[in-house]
Amino acid sequence: MLELKDFRTKVHNDWCPGCGDFGILNAVQMALFELKLEPHQVAIFSGIGCSGKTSHFVSTYGFHTLHGRVLPIATGARLANNALTVVAVGGDGDGYGIGAGHFVHTGRRNLDFTYVVYNNGVYGLTKGQASPTLPKGLKTKSMPDAAIVEGINPLATAISAGYTFVARSYALDVRNLKETLKAAILHKGSALVDVLQTCPTYNDINTKEWYSGTDLPTKAPRLYKLEDTGYDGVVKDPTDANEINQKKGQAITRSFEWGDKIPIGLFYRIEQPTFEDMIANRMPAYKEVPLVKQDIFQRDVTPLFESLA
Amino acid sequence: MAETFAKACARGGLHVFANIEYHSNIKGEHSYYRVRASERDVQSHVDWIDVLIALDKETLFGDVHKEYPTHNGHRNEVSPGGAIIYDGALKLKPEDIGRPDVNLYPVPYMDVLVGALKETGHDKELSKYQVMANTVAFGASIALIDYSFEQIAEAVKEGFTGRKAALGELNVKAARHGYDYMRNTYHDSFPYKLHRIPSKEKRMVIRGVQAVGIAKFKAGCAFQTYYPITPATDESEYLENHQKDYNIVVVQTEDEISAVLMATGAAHAGVRAATSTSGPGFSLMAEGLGWAGHTEAPGPVIILYQRAGPSTGLPTRTEQGDLQFALHAGHGEFPRMAVAPGDVSECFHDTFDAFNYAERFQMPAIVLIDKFLASSYRTVPILDSRDLKIDRGQILSESDLAGKPMYKRYEFTPLGISPRTVPGTKGGIFHTTGDEHDELGHITENSEIRIKMMQKRMRKLQLANEAIPDSKKVGFFGPEKADVAMVGWGSTKGAIIDGMQDLEGDGIRCNFLQIRYMSPFPTELVTKHLSNAKRKVLIENNYSGQLGGLIREHTGIAMDYKVLKYNGRPFSQNEVYEGVKEAIKNGVKEVVMAHA
Repeated sequence: MLELKDFRTKVHNDWCPGCGDFGILNAVQMALFELKLEPHQVAIFSGIGCSGKTSHFVSTYGFHTLHGRVLPIATGARLANNALTVVAVGGDGDGYGIGAGHFVHTGRRNLDFTYVVYNNGVYGLTKGQASPTLPKGLKTKSMPDAAIVEGINPLATAISAGYTFVARSYALDVRNLKETLKAAILHKGSALVDVLQTCPTYNDINTKEWYSGTDLPTKAPRLYKLEDTGYDGVVKDPTDANEINQKKGQAITRSFEWGDKIPIGLFYRIEQPTFEDMIANRMPAYKEVPLVKQDIFQRDVTPLFESLA
Repeated sequence: MAETFAKACARGGLHVFANIEYHSNIKGEHSYYRVRASERDVQSHVDWIDVLIALDKETLFGDVHKEYPTHNGHRNEVSPGGAIIYDGALKLKPEDIGRPDVNLYPVPYMDVLVGALKETGHDKELSKYQVMANTVAFGASIALIDYSFEQIAEAVKEGFTGRKAALGELNVKAARHGYDYMRNTYHDSFPYKLHRIPSKEKRMVIRGVQAVGIAKFKAGCAFQTYYPITPATDESEYLENHQKDYNIVVVQTEDEISAVLMATGAAHAGVRAATSTSGPGFSLMAEGLGWAGHTEAPGPVIILYQRAGPSTGLPTRTEQGDLQFALHAGHGEFPRMAVAPGDVSECFHDTFDAFNYAERFQMPAIVLIDKFLASSYRTVPILDSRDLKIDRGQILSESDLAGKPMYKRYEFTPLGISPRTVPGTKGGIFHTTGDEHDELGHITENSEIRIKMMQKRMRKLQLANEAIPDSKKVGFFGPEKADVAMVGWGSTKGAIIDGMQDLEGDGIRCNFLQIRYMSPFPTELVTKHLSNAKRKVLIENNYSGQLGGLIREHTGIAMDYKVLKYNGRPFSQNEVYEGVKEAIKNGVKEVVMAHA
């Protein structure tokens, strides 16, 4: 009988005390456990940065990759073995900055996998520079001056790129995050879970207290759940172009809501053929057996040579 | 047409070598094939032409409208007594062509084509079929050299299959009309003839990209990535055309960073994976290559089709400019294999072997080819692939792992290789990282482990060196003792071997050392062959003589002369002869060749 601890390693964790990453790590482990996945059926891929160490803390197959390059490596592994559950994790600088090209194109493919982005607005491991999601005009404590470019909107970008499951959660709401991750992993297709994550060391603006709204006159939490407002981001009829456009439109509009009120939850979801499905259409054998299990020892290339004679 | 002609010659018992030159544009600036046919095996081109088939005016006179013409017209390359077939509609006078020493054969391509189309009732659709004027010219040339029309017709038809079969018939008709026109108009006036000779050997006409593609199928490659780039893309398209037959997934990626890493991810996940690119793409792959080497990925195999750099350089032209780059791309020190096949057969075998070595020694493997070798056709006997064995190295299965202590992906073993597992295997869970790591694949900054891991990774090159047969590390041609030792690598092999005969003809005794494995470098073999060589002439298709530097680095042996070429065009047989002669007869230390 598997236990939650079977998803933990004994590797020394060197994240700062109070780091939002702990919440994400716990939620990942709990989600995998509650989905009853065996550790050896799962592969976690991570980028570079504090978040990149996640793969070392989870006792599944773990690939700590390069800065910005987690998605191509995860894609290759998933295509090689589509029996594996593939989860990629990384920071906002990793995924939306240096890896932005891969972020867009992986969504286009609709590969069946889950991408969890630890979004804290700063480059923590290099001591607090502005990340691509830091809004224009903000200056965190170690920046010499305020940001003079707009922050990227990862949810709107993901929806435009073609991710078929786009959600936002919060690192310190482990329960919500865990459930979001479970839904993302179960989703057939590319799932983005953008996680608002506190960096207690370098982001002194978007703090736990800030998200809790303690600075607001109302003292009401900034974060609210989309589902509590009757919002429904799920496309019911994937063949209905009008419905798709309407759902994408409302999701993108909602994703720009930021400031005193910040929505979390499922922004958009649609069932569409995955990259793996499309490959199987071209190559029927792919549907039956993962590439890694296919026989490669009996290939006869003589007909190819003969065709050139 | 060049491929058709080559095939027809091969079936007629002849040997053929054909190379193409083209521009980097879409509408089609002057492109041309040079086809050489011979009764003996030929593996290079020469700089003269016996029969020039000019499809347009530019072929004759060059693109002289440009400030800096790419070429000055092939009419100047025709050998005395040779022939020029050109369009009669150009209304050229012999003095316009300016070659009183060659035979001129104007053929009114369009008029002849209309005649052919009339016969089949297609003459109202001339605009649709006007490209077949080329076929008319081709047919005329066949009559001139008196080659078998039946052989040609068969090859032409094969170029059009399925729905296009009718077009094949039409092309045969056009060729026949060109053929008859030549026969009837000029009779038997040309002394150069090409006749079939009996041969029992079944030969194919094959290009480097095809040899590599077929090797990938045979080696069990199941995953190929690429980003479109000249001249590498032809190979990926070849693979994609056969994906159903061989169960290979071909992915067009967003860039070459993704291409190399997707392939590396697939290799780590247990499939044989590859990517193909050219210099600009390989530049983008540098960091990923390091991750593959550092994490001891069992691949990928990277086919690097060199073209003339740097930057965009001459994107459709050839060069051997990336040898040192291939060996050093990526920061830090990590092992990689690098092999440079010299002809189409070696393209096949070296690519096949690269998959075995990549998996056995758990490192990326680079196969260095170039545009010239990739795109040139050559006749070779059908390759025997039956005895090739796939060797996947040490892989532990669930049953191997059952009851064992915790599996360590990077275990220090007496043999120097850590057995790997395939993700999905129960009991085989591993971690890996581009950080320095311990035996479990977790990050460490421990000094002793760092030293041991560096040694473990780098020593795999020694193990590989012990495993590769000497016969594959280098090629050696000619007598052991000679006046001149030519040294080269890759696609210059054909021109050097053919050029040796010319040098011998002048009484210059020479041999040729072809270096194939660049990493691990065959230091002992190269030292053995070169330490007593009298005059060592390095021949390379680049500016700096990169192989010469590599030889000196590993053996301390310096080359005496260099024959170099870096105008984006390949060495011809006669250039090897001329270059080597210039070096040794006139004592020129560095000869630069410049034939276009």
